[in-house]
Amino acid sequence: MTAPTTDEHARTVVRASLARIAPGPELDALADTDDVRDRLELDSLDFLAFVEHLARSTGIRIDEDDYPRLRTVASAAVFLAAAGPS
Amino acid sequence: MPSLGADMESGTLVEWTVSPGDRVHRGDLVAAVETEKSVIDVECFEDGVVERLLVPVGTTVPVGAPLALITPDGTGGPSPEAVPPETPAAATPAPPPPEVAHAPPTPAAPSPRATPLVRRLAERLGLDLAAVPGSGPGGAVTRADVRAAVAPPRPLPSPPSPSPARLRITPYARRLAVERGASPQCLTPGGDGVIRARDIPPAPEPTPAAAPPPESPPESPPEPPPATAPTGATAGAGASERMRAAIAARMTRSMREIPHYHVDAVLEIGAVLERLREVNRRAPVPDRMVPAVLLLHAAARAARQVPELNGHWVDGAFVPATSVALGVVVSLRGGGLLVPTIPAADELPLPELMASLRGVAGRARSGRLRSSDTAPASITVTDLGETGAHSVHGLIFPPEVALVGFGAVVRRPWADGDLLGTRPTVVATLTGDHRATDGIVGGRFLHVIDTVLHDPEEWP
Repeated sequence: MTAPTTDEHARTVVRASLARIAPGPELDALADTDDVRDRLELDSLDFLAFVEHLARSTGIRIDEDDYPRLRTVASAAVFLAAAGPS
Repeated sequence: MPSLGADMESGTLVEWTVSPGDRVHRGDLVAAVETEKSVIDVECFEDGVVERLLVPVGTTVPVGAPLALITPDGTGGPSPEAVPPETPAAATPAPPPPEVAHAPPTPAAPSPRATPLVRRLAERLGLDLAAVPGSGPGGAVTRADVRAAVAPPRPLPSPPSPSPARLRITPYARRLAVERGASPQCLTPGGDGVIRARDIPPAPEPTPAAAPPPESPPESPPEPPPATAPTGATAGAGASERMRAAIAARMTRSMREIPHYHVDAVLEIGAVLERLREVNRRAPVPDRMVPAVLLLHAAARAARQVPELNGHWVDGAFVPATSVALGVVVSLRGGGLLVPTIPAADELPLPELMASLRGVAGRARSGRLRSSDTAPASITVTDLGETGAHSVHGLIFPPEVALVGFGAVVRRPWADGDLLGTRPTVVATLTGDHRATDGIVGGRFLHVIDTVLHDPEEWP
């Protein structure tokens, strides 16, 4: 479990977590600013699994109130990078 | 071969995860079986030692055929049991194991015509065993016979009125027919008008009928196959086609047999969601719950309180279920759906129901359901809200008599006394079978859901 240090690293981590839940061409075509849940058709269980994997792989605490910040790969990367160094 | 779904006739053994000599326990995964809809992990129902594997990988066998011999612990050898035990070797047409001196047909069975498990199944479904034709040795009634008696017109990817172009034939029988060079049009269907594997005459040169390659596409079939069963598809596309055909078959049967009625209600769930948020705020990620689990919980409780909607329509009569086996519709990435079952869902505390939901949904989506996930449901819930749909008026999965639907959580104008505000709401729907109940019962069911959702005692 390593908190990402750069924005690019953070995006890689986010995509790796998504790949665990919804691998496939949709993920490959996903832009960093796309709405993740809409584009990958994640339901609440999928999203919970995504959050769980993200929290476990980074060691960062992710509360339900933080969920809106995980809307896109880009916003999630910003959130992780901000939470990481603390 | 266990029955892993209401429509299943046969399955292909695709993996053994145990070997002879292995010690196994109840609940262990021992094999994987491919059905029309998916690959399913088969759990062991017994403690014991694997004596012998009877079915090689790649072999397709009918429901009821024994897969392996398991010697129960402490008995030192005789009276081997088949896996799963609902279909012990004694009740199936398979030859008795040679290394066992005398494999007695159901040693302590109270009746020679069926095993206790089959008897219990028949009881649960309200069937008189004496009226069920047995296909086992000595006319014994097998689990498959009971299932066939419960659901005589098995759903098939073809319209109800058979025509020369669209024959009522099971996929396995069709494949057999092609392999044996028999034209499906020349075959005589069984009593229910459906051509099954047993109706296919043997090939001129005996072929190992039990071992067709699982994915071999029929070559130049004698007659054009129905549109729902295309040939020559790739393995992946074939699986998806088979799933579509299976869904179409069950829903066509539902439309054909069930006079549906629909009722709905808008439920206000502001306080419920707030409470959930509180619970989740304190909880680590793996322990968090999603709103859907609250709705499932309320539906399961309502099914217990309105037993007229929890059970099966069997032979022209409603047979109430003794517990709430909740079917949960899981849509799959890439299309299709599976409906795993959560047994005794009305008795599970919320965290356990959440764990069960995550378990079955995860296994359904990874394509590896377990045999226990495929137990017959007594009522099914579909939660289409996750897709954004505001409400869903679904079709009942026969032989069940009701289907519960939930739409998306939407903020709507809401009158509280004389005050008007906006609140998170969800549209709950109940599809009922008019043969069993009327709309007023469906309305009562939705009212109970509302009551359960607002009952603080229901909370952890």
